[in-house]
Amino acid sequence: MGDHHHGPAKGIGRWLFTTNHKDIGTMYLWFSFAMFILGGAFAMIIRAELFQPGMQLVEPAFFNQMTTLHGLVMVFGAIMPSFVGLANWMIPMMIGAPDMALPRMNNWSFWILPPTFLMLASTLFMEGGAPAFGWTFYAPLSTTYAPPSVTLFIFSVHVLGLSSIMGSINIIATVMNMRAPGMTYMKMPLFVWTWLITAFLLVAVMPVLAGAVTMMLMDIHFGTSFFSAAGGGDPVLFQHIFWFFGHPEVYIIILPAFGVVSQIIPAFSRKPLFGYDSMVYATASIAFLSFIVWAHHMYTVGMPVAGELFFMYATMLIAVPTGVKVFNWISTMWRGALTFETPMLFCIGFLILFTIGGFTGLMLSIAPADFQYHDSYFVVAHFHYVMVAGAVFSMTAAVYYWLPKWCGRMYNETMGKTHFWISFIGFNLTFFPQHFVGLAGMPRRIPDYALQFADFNMMSSIGAFIYGASQILFLYNVIATIVSGKPTSEEKVWDGAEGLEWTVPTPAPYHTFETPPRIDPAHAHS
Amino acid sequence: MSNQTSTEYETYYVPDQSKMAIMATIGLILSIFGAASIMNDMTFGDPDEATNSWSIFLFGLFWFVATLFAWFRQAIKENIAGMNSAQMKKSYVLGMFWFIFSEVMFFFAFFGALFYVRTLVGPWLAGEGDGGRMNGLLWEGFEYSWPMALTPQEAVGGAASQPIANNGSFTSAETTMAFSEAAAWYKWLPLWNTIILLTSSFTCHIAHMGILDGNKKKFNLWLGITVALGVIFLFVQFYEYYEAYAHFGLTLNSGIYGSTFFMLTGFHGFHVFMGMTMLAIQLMRSLNGHFTADDHFGFEASSWYWHFVDVVWVFLFLFVYIL
Repeated sequence: MGDHHHGPAKGIGRWLFTTNHKDIGTMYLWFSFAMFILGGAFAMIIRAELFQPGMQLVEPAFFNQMTTLHGLVMVFGAIMPSFVGLANWMIPMMIGAPDMALPRMNNWSFWILPPTFLMLASTLFMEGGAPAFGWTFYAPLSTTYAPPSVTLFIFSVHVLGLSSIMGSINIIATVMNMRAPGMTYMKMPLFVWTWLITAFLLVAVMPVLAGAVTMMLMDIHFGTSFFSAAGGGDPVLFQHIFWFFGHPEVYIIILPAFGVVSQIIPAFSRKPLFGYDSMVYATASIAFLSFIVWAHHMYTVGMPVAGELFFMYATMLIAVPTGVKVFNWISTMWRGALTFETPMLFCIGFLILFTIGGFTGLMLSIAPADFQYHDSYFVVAHFHYVMVAGAVFSMTAAVYYWLPKWCGRMYNETMGKTHFWISFIGFNLTFFPQHFVGLAGMPRRIPDYALQFADFNMMSSIGAFIYGASQILFLYNVIATIVSGKPTSEEKVWDGAEGLEWTVPTPAPYHTFETPPRIDPAHAHS
Repeated sequence: MSNQTSTEYETYYVPDQSKMAIMATIGLILSIFGAASIMNDMTFGDPDEATNSWSIFLFGLFWFVATLFAWFRQAIKENIAGMNSAQMKKSYVLGMFWFIFSEVMFFFAFFGALFYVRTLVGPWLAGEGDGGRMNGLLWEGFEYSWPMALTPQEAVGGAASQPIANNGSFTSAETTMAFSEAAAWYKWLPLWNTIILLTSSFTCHIAHMGILDGNKKKFNLWLGITVALGVIFLFVQFYEYYEAYAHFGLTLNSGIYGSTFFMLTGFHGFHVFMGMTMLAIQLMRSLNGHFTADDHFGFEASSWYWHFVDVVWVFLFLFVYIL
């Protein structure tokens, strides 16, 4: 209380008891990177097993635990918290607010994450093993046939949901209530816009997920029959509820990535973002559509034909606002004074690879064709193109872009570019061949495969090891920057960058905008 | 910070470091770990083996509730000390609003399950429509009605002769909770509970009008009545559950009818308990002189929650009991 001009507290207490959005953002970012490494380690085990046909390294049961935990840790531990960390760091600085609206709750939404993931990871050592039913945990695999660790898994999901809901309420309250005078909605940086819409999605669907796992819990321990046909329920009901959460979840992951790219591409094109208004409306349209397309994940469960058609057309509709976004990014670069620093490289990589992922998504949206692709490696390739080259690439771009502002030191550009090229090559080597094996019929989530898929799988595994190793380079570059990077004190680290965060000193002081900045009325969104 | 203006806006109170988040985390994690252990002992373990599950659960729960108490106490003290600017208060308003929205979505999942089961799954299991062929293969003889007179499992001869594995044995209810006899309407508990809860929403509103007029006596009286009605509602629901288990054969194991019935009404009842607790705390705060005509957000937030619980009940009454 009282003195607002103090710096951070000393010792571990700074992190445990903090109410500062930058501290909390930093913790989120480091935690998510730790989870990225953990989830990556699971992926390395998967790829090592699939290096050659036949059973080499792990038992099939353990393999299933790996695919399950890889998905769960990457989605809920790595990608989502990383963007929440970015939101914590950047949103107050972008809208001219002194901090997040509800700072103590902010700290709580972070600190319930690490023990929860500790609990989830500890299930690996439980009797019966960790959850092995895939990250989508379909009933009855996750109810009737689940290991005892499923109970801990269910409660973990509850807590993760709690964390996301609190984080989102905080972001909504911050954006709605804490904008500096003159910062109207249509002047907000696009990253703030995409996060506002993402937060709405989270508040709307995380409770539905909580409902789904609660039904599982009741089915397993208290004899209800939500997902058991013997009692008049239906396992497919689980899939409906899960994907009612799960499809918006996809956009929860990718919309903040869109926001990041919409900040970085204009900065290195030295042009304002093309079609700002249409970007906002496209984002809102995508969010709306995400609620009415969930069953495109379930074409093969035997839905009525009318349902298949509805979900097919609704899904294809998403290509329209997404196309608006992609064309706007390209138009922003068109005739710009382009330079290709590391953040820009990752954004261009995002643009190309995410578009490929979008096209394969369009292929999967066609219900009759999906009967061929369903649960094949084609699907694996598709969602890694949007999750890794989409979300993770843009997150990496964001770290390179704002790191100098955060710590007042410049990262090593050569190492950054090397990281990009190794990542880009490793990523494509991993996932591009998976399109082919998928189309040729290789199913996902299996530890062994037919001989004809051997070469492509070996390429995939080599690519995965390369991509995995490139993240060590990333970690090294970030640590080296923080410890001994070239100091910079320029407010605007990038000459083309726009926005309030570039008006505060570098490195950003512990408290920024204790009194609100004045927003130049002529100064449009940046 | 060249472009920051002087003091034309009031400063936003950013709280100092706080131990609350860590304390609440410890309580929360211990309690869910304990709860998970209890459930696993029940379902997977040896029931005679002594474990510490209950102790961990209760200790964690106590710790958690105590932390929340301290946390809210601190927030209230800050408000009384005048640290909360108008802008800060708006943050709390937004926080409560979106929290209630998330609660709405939680109920949405269970209502969604109810509608899906009643309009699609039931007829499919009985052999109609796209999913109908399952009837001949798995549940021959099952006929659908709502509330379910016979679970599919019973239709094929009980758990022993069921064609596929599942989680347990499902015995349908002997009597439903739906309104059946016009002559005995006054014995029908859900109707009484509907009247009680709707009345309580109304009395809550009168209490609100009271505090807006600065009439604390009126406020305390009507808020007290609201809390009392909440308690009565919970007693009636408890009695209804007792009847369901003891005389109607309606349990959690009564197939999907029992599942949806108890989960929807149970979660609603839990929310009534939460809302009632919140309002009771507001009553105690009011007796301690916390509220004024223009500063009583603690009460307002609780009353929104109470009205939300009431609206959920209207839907429950309609879709669980009547239709």
